[in-house]
Amino acid sequence: MKLVLSEEQRELREAVRGFLRTASPLPKVRDGYDPQVYARLNGELGLSGLIVPEEYGGAGAGLSELAVVLEETGAALLPGPFLATAFTALALTGTPDKELLTGIAEGRVAATLDQGELSFDGSAASGTLPRVLTGMEADVLVAPAPSGDGGDGGGKVLLAVELAGPGVRRTALEPLDLTRGLAEVVLEGAPARVLGPAPKTGVGDRLCVALAAEQLGVMRAALESIVAYAKVRVAFGRYIGSYQGVKHKLADMHGKLEQAESIVRYAAWAADESPGELPEAAALAQAYVGRACFEVARDHLLLHGGIGYTWEHDAHLFYKRAKADEVLLGPPRIHRARLAHLLEL
Amino acid sequence: MNLADYRRAAGAWLRDNAPSDDHPEADGIARAKDFMAKLYDAGYSGITWPERWGGQGLTQAEERAFAEAARDYTLPTYVFMIGLGMTGPTLVDRGTDAQRERFVRPLLRGEEIWCQLFSEPGAGSDVASLQTRAERDGDHWIVNGQKVWTSVAHHADWGLLLARTDVDVPKHKGLTMFVVDMHHPGVTVRPLKDMSGRANFNEIFFDNVPVPDEHRVGEVNDGWSVAVTTLLHERLSISAGVGMGGQKDNPASVEALRRVVDTDDPLVRDELVELHIRTRALALFNQRLAQETRAGIFPGARGSAAKLLLAELTQFEADVATRLVGPEAMLAGHPLARAISTAPGMALGGGTNEIMRNIVGDRVLGLPPEPRVDKTVPFKDLKVGTQT
Repeated sequence: MKLVLSEEQRELREAVRGFLRTASPLPKVRDGYDPQVYARLNGELGLSGLIVPEEYGGAGAGLSELAVVLEETGAALLPGPFLATAFTALALTGTPDKELLTGIAEGRVAATLDQGELSFDGSAASGTLPRVLTGMEADVLVAPAPSGDGGDGGGKVLLAVELAGPGVRRTALEPLDLTRGLAEVVLEGAPARVLGPAPKTGVGDRLCVALAAEQLGVMRAALESIVAYAKVRVAFGRYIGSYQGVKHKLADMHGKLEQAESIVRYAAWAADESPGELPEAAALAQAYVGRACFEVARDHLLLHGGIGYTWEHDAHLFYKRAKADEVLLGPPRIHRARLAHLLEL
Repeated sequence: MNLADYRRAAGAWLRDNAPSDDHPEADGIARAKDFMAKLYDAGYSGITWPERWGGQGLTQAEERAFAEAARDYTLPTYVFMIGLGMTGPTLVDRGTDAQRERFVRPLLRGEEIWCQLFSEPGAGSDVASLQTRAERDGDHWIVNGQKVWTSVAHHADWGLLLARTDVDVPKHKGLTMFVVDMHHPGVTVRPLKDMSGRANFNEIFFDNVPVPDEHRVGEVNDGWSVAVTTLLHERLSISAGVGMGGQKDNPASVEALRRVVDTDDPLVRDELVELHIRTRALALFNQRLAQETRAGIFPGARGSAAKLLLAELTQFEADVATRLVGPEAMLAGHPLARAISTAPGMALGGGTNEIMRNIVGDRVLGLPPEPRVDKTVPFKDLKVGTQT
C-alpha cells in the first residue's frame, strides 16, 4: 500500500498548482469556463491525456496521478469540463475507443459521462438527461443504452453522441454551484456511435475515487482559507485564531483533512494496484471524504463570520461545491449502503 | 548482516524465547526482568541506543525489523516502557557521562525499573506550574511534595523527577530535573484506583527525601528544557504505537460487534458502517504517518492529531458498542463495561484532547498563541492549582 506521494507525483502537483495559481485564480472562477485555460491545461501540462493509455496518445498514468491533479483543480474550484472528461476517460478504461480517447488525449475533445439510460435504434439515440455535468461545455456525451441484442434485458452498450450535432437540444441550467455548469440535454434521434459494451463493474468505483480527490482539494483549500483569515482577523483585541473556540474547531478540521488524504491515497492506490480492494476503498472514499469535505467547507464559512455569508465572499463557492460534490454520484446513503453490503453486514 | 537476515534471526530468537502472555502483576516482575535480561543479552534491547552506554548502535531500520518480527508476540516489557520510551532517552540526551554509565545499561537489561514524576494534583496539563520543592542542602537536595498519575511507580527503582528549585523567577525558569531513589524511606507510593477499578498508576509523596547533586540532570533551573526532551520522546513512543495494533482483542470493533448484534436491523447496520468508516480513516492516517516517517518526513506535531483522533474513536466505539449491545453490557465483568470505563483514559493520558487541539492549532496550523499571564510573573506570585 502506498500512501505517500512519489517525487514525480509531488512535481506534478507543484506544476498543476503553479499553473492554476496564475491561470485560474479564485476571483476568476465566477466567470465560469474559460476555454483558453482549459486548452493550456491540456497543451502545456498534457493533463487531458494523463490517464489515457499510451497507445491512444496519452500518458498512461494511473488514478494515483489523476487524484493529484483533481485535488488541485478542486482546490482552485476550476470551472469547466475537466472532471467530466476525466470521468469519461475512466469509463472508457474497459471500453477503449480509439477515436474518442485520441481526441481526449490531444485536448481536442471535452467529454461528459452520464449514467441516465438512452434509447438507441442502431444509429440514433433519444432520451432526456435532466442534469448533465458541464453539458454545455462538453463536445461529446457518453451514456449507456440497452444493447438490444440479447433480449434478456441485461446487456448495455456505451454510446457517444456529438453534442453540437443534429437532434440535440441543450439548455444551460442555473446550478447551485456557480463554478461548475449543468445542462439539460434532450436527444431526439441524435446520431450516436456504439463504443462497445458498457463495463459491468469498476467504473462507478473509479468515479468515486476521482471525485474524492477533488473533494480533498476543496476541503484543503477551504481550511487554508480560514486558517489564513484566523491569523489576521482581530476581535476583542486578539487574533481570532488565538481563541480556543476557533482554534479547536480548526484542529478538528485538520484531523478530517489528514484522514481524508489518507483515504484518497489508499483508494487511488487500490484502483491502480489492488483492484480487489477497490470496491470497499471507493465506497469508503465517498462515505468519508464527501461528508468531511462538506463539514469542513461549512465550518470554514461559519468561522468567517458574517462576511462569509455574503455573495461577494468566496466562502459560499467552496460550501456549494462541497455540497454539490457530496451528492454528485447520488445521495450519500448509497455509499454507506454499499459499504455495509461489501462488509457483509 | 542484511536486514532480511536480521529480521529472520530476530524472528527465530523470539520463537524460542518469547513467553506466551503478559501480566504486569507483582509475581510477573521477576519473569519480566528475566526476559529483559535475555532480550538484552541477545542484542535486542536498545537497538538504536549508543554502543558506548550499552546500546547496539544500530539504525531505525533494524529497530523496525525487530518490531515487525515482534508483532506476533505480546512481550512482557510493560514495566520497562517508561524507562525505555522516556527516561532512558532523556538520560542519553541530557545526562552526564557518569549518569549514563550508571543507569543506562541496567535500564536496558531490565535490572532496574523507572518511572516518571512530572504531574501533580495542581499541575496536569499545565505541568510547569508544579509545586514539589527541591532545596539545596550542601551537596544534596531535599525534596518535599506530591506527584500523581505515575505509572509503574509501585515497581520502580528510580524516578525522573521534575521539581521547583526557585520560586522567585517565572515558572518555566525555576525547575530542575533529578533522578530520585524510589526505595528511600521518605518516598511513599500509594496505588491510585482509576474509574475502571484497576490500579495501574499511583500517587507519590516525598517527605524530606535527599537527592545527591550528581543525580541532577541538566543545569539548575533548566529542568523545563529537559522535560521537553522527555515529553517529545513520550509523544513519539505513543504515536509510534497508535492505531498500529490489531483489532482482534477489541470487544467494540465492528468484527466483534457483528457477531452479537442484529445486523438485519438497518439502524444497527448504519451504526456499524459509521464505526467502520471512522476506524479505517484513522488506521489509514496512522499508516500514512508511518510511511512518511520511513521516507524521512518527520510527523512532528501531526502525531498529536492522530492521538486526538484515537481518543475520540476510543470514546465513540465504546459508546456505540454499549448502545448496540444494551443492558447485558452493564455488568462489571462484561468486556464492554470495561471498554466504556477505560475509554476516557485515552482522552486524558499523554495530554488531554484540549491540549492536543492547542498543539495542532499552534504547531501544525501555525495559529497565534493564546495570550499568557503566567510566563513573566515570578512563580510565587502566580495562581496555580485549584483556587477557591
